[in-house]
Amino acid sequence: MTNSIAELENADCILVIGSNTTSSHPLVATRIFRAKEKGARLVIADPRKIQLALKADLHVRQNLGTDVALLNGIMQVILANGWHNQAFVDERTEGFDAFRKVTEDYPPERVAEITGVKADDIRTMAEWYAKAQAASIVYCMGITQHTTGVDNVKALANLAMLTGQIGREATGVNPLRGQNNVQGACDMGALPNVYTGYQAVNIPDIQNKFQAAWNAKLSDKIGLTIPGILSGLVEGSVKALYVVGENPMMSDPDVNHVEKALRSAEFLVVQDIFLTPTAELAHVVLPGASFAEKDGTFSNTERRVQRVRKAIEPVGDARADWEIMQEVSTRFGYPMNFRSPAEIMDEIARLTPSYGGITYDRLDGEGLCWPCPNKDHPGTKFLHSGRFTRGLGLFHAIEYKPPAETIDEEYPLWLTTGRVHVHYHTGTMTRNSPSLHAEMPEGYLEVNPEDARRLGVRRGDEVRVVSRRGHIVVKAMPTDRVEPGVLFMPFHFVESCANILTNPAHDPIAKIPEYKVCAVRLEKAA
Amino acid sequence: MDYRTVLTTCAYCGCGCGLYLEVLDGRVVNTIPCKTTPVNEGKLCVKGWNIHEFIHSPNRLTRPLIRKNGALTEASWEEALDYTAGRLWEIKEKHGSDSLAFLASAKVTNEENYLIQKFARAAVGTNNVDHCARL
Repeated sequence: MTNSIAELENADCILVIGSNTTSSHPLVATRIFRAKEKGARLVIADPRKIQLALKADLHVRQNLGTDVALLNGIMQVILANGWHNQAFVDERTEGFDAFRKVTEDYPPERVAEITGVKADDIRTMAEWYAKAQAASIVYCMGITQHTTGVDNVKALANLAMLTGQIGREATGVNPLRGQNNVQGACDMGALPNVYTGYQAVNIPDIQNKFQAAWNAKLSDKIGLTIPGILSGLVEGSVKALYVVGENPMMSDPDVNHVEKALRSAEFLVVQDIFLTPTAELAHVVLPGASFAEKDGTFSNTERRVQRVRKAIEPVGDARADWEIMQEVSTRFGYPMNFRSPAEIMDEIARLTPSYGGITYDRLDGEGLCWPCPNKDHPGTKFLHSGRFTRGLGLFHAIEYKPPAETIDEEYPLWLTTGRVHVHYHTGTMTRNSPSLHAEMPEGYLEVNPEDARRLGVRRGDEVRVVSRRGHIVVKAMPTDRVEPGVLFMPFHFVESCANILTNPAHDPIAKIPEYKVCAVRLEKAA
Repeated sequence: MDYRTVLTTCAYCGCGCGLYLEVLDGRVVNTIPCKTTPVNEGKLCVKGWNIHEFIHSPNRLTRPLIRKNGALTEASWEEALDYTAGRLWEIKEKHGSDSLAFLASAKVTNEENYLIQKFARAAVGTNNVDHCARL
């Protein structure tokens, strides 16, 4: 997030696009509701009638995978009416002319045809967002999980820069990070192209810094992302995979392909707290400790580094994951001898400019939002004040591209996937929590009542959903939360595993799979 | 009886709500929202309120397992760690550093993610490190 969570309540216009905030980030939704109480305009762009839409001043339901067209349409209206912030564009950005040229090709009437959103609604969105004193954008996986995920994010950045709605209190571009420590895992260099703090592995000065600190020869070759690792396993170029606290057998698209890849591994290690479907395929399973059983830190979606404190000893013979990793490394021939997570954080701070001022003794209380470059720095509430991290903000000229898979005669319905309020990701934690499991013990498929009637399907009937990758059986829930021709299902449930169906086609840059759009057909189960 | 409350950070979504785990005789028995943490100010969602429930689940993994004759079989830590480090070393020697890959985790701590990528990069010599940021 470029802003902090609390600032959202001071925005006077909030555009929520591709985030089911009340389900997936309930305590961010609280701030959105507070803003609404204070008089903010709330605009929701989501194909589904999510809970927030019930409180929205305007809810538009764009066709799946048409976000770039919708955003370009909004910006075309802003430009045509002169509602953009020319001073901000002149002083703080570059690439405006090329961007303007492409964007002008998206008048509302053309955009309405692509997106299914009424031209007048596009004009209203443009006016409300551009004329607000402090407009904030909130987005999540509905924007990113597309083959055009990077384009979608860049289009949002264009919108914020065009109107100068960024770099001030309560105004910016705010991706909500899904997992408790997905921000931290990225910050810590659990990515194939960067060390901690997004320091690139292929910049010689940085490589030298880490070689000296770690006393090791380091590779400057960018590594593989998950899709590359999986195809590497199938092809045989990757022989061993070590998985910590992840469950690709449910979380990754086209699970049948994932299973083939994992079964191809010469050696598969899984370190987890439950015997997940991924762990069941492993050669070695190492029992890690839950968050209640160890010290450490998590970094939340607003870049706030907060303490995790050990409440109990690890259950059974489980061990903290940092201790397991040290043992493996030492036995591998690269000794690691940190005595505590606090000591590890000291090394992180020494090597990571944005974490430079973070130490455990400063984290009691509210924690610290990075960038926090030194011990006297109070942390950073919102980003890009006065200047962008890269200097000038760069406009991108972006054309709309349709999703990788579109409906046809054989697969005539759109399927999109997501999350529900009582479950989390692949359900390993929530489905082992009796109260949460009882709230929703099984998966379901949202289908518009019109489609349900046509197929003779009633609430609770078992239906078969078939895509080019595979098929599953699940209970139908007729609801107008989805429009005719569109289906939705959560991916938490192994018994009706949505990711057997999803399309592994991914964004060429971010490698994110297109979970939000694929083509399926629906049949009554026998 | 030993009763304590321990302030910590929720392990579900990216909000990062502060909560107290109530601990009775070494078991986490309940969750209380924290009023002074900035994100949640004394509130929690339904997942947060129930976060203590999975901790002592009978389905937790409590012993290392090694596949022997096709089946995952309980093993000692010594055996499991030696076997893991040994097999990783053999594969690196035979097929090179880039034949190994690592999935770090958005569920474990910063310090643990740091060590995983440090092990991959400094010990094994590969940048094949990723996690489920996109999923």
